[in-house]
Amino acid sequence: MSGKTLYDKLWDAHLVRQDEGGMALIYIDRHLIHEVTSPQAFEGLRLAGRKPWRTDSILAVPDHNVPTTDRSLGISDPVSRLQVETLDQNCAELGITEFLMNDPRQGIVHVIGPEQGATLPGMTVVCGDSHTSTHGAFGALAFGIGTSDVEHVLATQCLILKKSGNLEIRVDGQLAPGVSAKDVVLAIIGKIGTAGGTGFAIEFSGSTLRSLSMEGRMTVCNMAIEAGARSGMVAVDDTTINYLAGRPYAPKGELWDLAIKSWKALHSDPDASFDRSVSLDASTIPPQVTWGTSPEMVVSIDQVVPDPDNETDSVKREGMRKALAYMDLKPGTPITDIRPDHVFIGSCTNARIEDLRAAAAAIRGRKIARGIKQALVVPGSGLVKRQAEAEGLDKIFTDAGFEWREPGCSMCLAMNADRLAPGDRCASTSNRNFEGRQGQGGRTHLVSPAMAAAAAVTGHFTDTRREQA
Amino acid sequence: MIKIDKHHGIVMPLDRHNVDTDAIIPKQFLKSIKRSGFGHNLFDEWRYHDHGEPGMDPASRKKNPDFVLNQPRYEGASILLGRHNFGCGSSREHAVWALIDHGFRVVIAPSFADIFYNNARKNGLLCIVLDEDLVDLLFREVTQNPGYRILVDLPTQQIVLPNRHTIAFDIDPFHKECHIRGLDDIGLTLEHATEIRAFEEKRRQTAPWLFNN
Ligand code: SF4
Repeated sequence: MSGKTLYDKLWDAHLVRQDEGGMALIYIDRHLIHEVTSPQAFEGLRLAGRKPWRTDSILAVPDHNVPTTDRSLGISDPVSRLQVETLDQNCAELGITEFLMNDPRQGIVHVIGPEQGATLPGMTVVCGDSHTSTHGAFGALAFGIGTSDVEHVLATQCLILKKSGNLEIRVDGQLAPGVSAKDVVLAIIGKIGTAGGTGFAIEFSGSTLRSLSMEGRMTVCNMAIEAGARSGMVAVDDTTINYLAGRPYAPKGELWDLAIKSWKALHSDPDASFDRSVSLDASTIPPQVTWGTSPEMVVSIDQVVPDPDNETDSVKREGMRKALAYMDLKPGTPITDIRPDHVFIGSCTNARIEDLRAAAAAIRGRKIARGIKQALVVPGSGLVKRQAEAEGLDKIFTDAGFEWREPGCSMCLAMNADRLAPGDRCASTSNRNFEGRQGQGGRTHLVSPAMAAAAAVTGHFTDTRREQA
Repeated sequence: MIKIDKHHGIVMPLDRHNVDTDAIIPKQFLKSIKRSGFGHNLFDEWRYHDHGEPGMDPASRKKNPDFVLNQPRYEGASILLGRHNFGCGSSREHAVWALIDHGFRVVIAPSFADIFYNNARKNGLLCIVLDEDLVDLLFREVTQNPGYRILVDLPTQQIVLPNRHTIAFDIDPFHKECHIRGLDDIGLTLEHATEIRAFEEKRRQTAPWLFNN
């Protein structure tokens, strides 16, 4: 019999029961909650006269809808305020731990879970948010769910699931200086497409992944969903364990030792077989820039905007034309000629301390270019913000002309006041370049933090490999 | 959830790959704490020329006459015909609520994003996966024949075309039963509460650090 993949192991360890048709009940260890996808779930629970199964598995935080400017006066938009207050009320009523908006630990749900040690190896982690895949970086089975499933987990501590296939994405080799985890994952999506991982759980493996920090691994797993997979994961190693040691919610003392012993088995067996495998050579990956309105519409910094006429599939060709019209780009334009007028450094993909360091390094002592109307840095959490300030990064950003904001989702989805106006063009470290994602009519180019920062100071997309040299 | 077994309705084609949930219901409408009332803002940015905000009167909005949803021939459509990776992106269930609120009961596409598919099932919106060439055929038929209607027969897993031709489709037996009987997942799962408790107890023994706060 062949060995098990990491996903197989995580699945088996949480399997409560399975019926003949393959539908399984999977036990959930950690449930993260935010204000946008939970109100209807709590309401459903109340209407049915049900109580949460296990409140100590839940950690809640408002992030999507909170202002990133001065919060001392609360939220001015009454609709947003009601949503955040509803979360506060639900948590207070049911005894659920919540980091309130003005708590220094508040931040984007996918940043604070790991930061607090509330995400641990071997867990199942769910949240009413598709980027829950982020937590898979810890050797956890983590995926996004809709509101009905939020209610289902609240009521039963389980989910009804069917097992996914096993997809291995192996990345080996050394990244060029100036190339980061974000470029790796964009290159992966460029290769397999936004539906390439549909129906699969992805395990990211290979020497490149092993050499990435936890921040980098989180960036890669974060965008598993952009490759179509509900979950992405990386095996546990010393990097994982060292990151977690001493975090507030991580086990301590004897329990820590016990936990480590069990975590060390969280990797695919050498003889495990995958349903599909894809491999990439990291040393050949240049910095990536998206040109269209889907994350798979991505090219390297040294390439040009592609020509729909070269596409043979007619629906795809039409899609490319629509994307180019929306993005106001012409085929054949060198990527380095594209001039963003906004820069956004933030989101659950790239708002951790390492991301801010990389961006700061690219702008130190420089000023944002003349054509840049607004450049925002939105740290992923209050603690990331504090750390960055302790390192003097805020100063580097503000000296260059960036705005230094309070933590939250911000211009990643533009639910709060941070948004693009029609026609604005943004170099963004977030994860989705869909039409209107950052504001109606706004044009998004997804890039790494270093690439966004370099674009801010040069006024156009710039090869960060050269900047480094 | 809404029950569905046989459904006869007008088909509306949406000829794009990767229709994402941001396009189905833009974020400004996610501030609502209710499950209903999203229908007027379904495909808001494609459907209207002006910028939509919650609470606006739809009658006062500037409609985009080119968008399928505004074309008289598709008025009253309850079956949406889409392309690959339908419903990708954000996990927002509001996308499903908006489709249902507008009157859609069935979506047919060559592939769906996983979370969308699951959200749809939980609310009784039937998603049918068909081979690409069959989807192509339906696109051709629907664009050539105004008022094009089909019958979706879930119990026999068939789509019946106006010319009496039938197309068979696959669906997970559990999903099928949920749709036909309108089953509530939570109720079903709680029938296994004892098993869940036993599992939890075992887990508490083997991984005590997970029960530590
Ligand atoms: S930062 Fe963006 S992608 Fe991440 S949770 Fe917030 S809205 Fe979603």
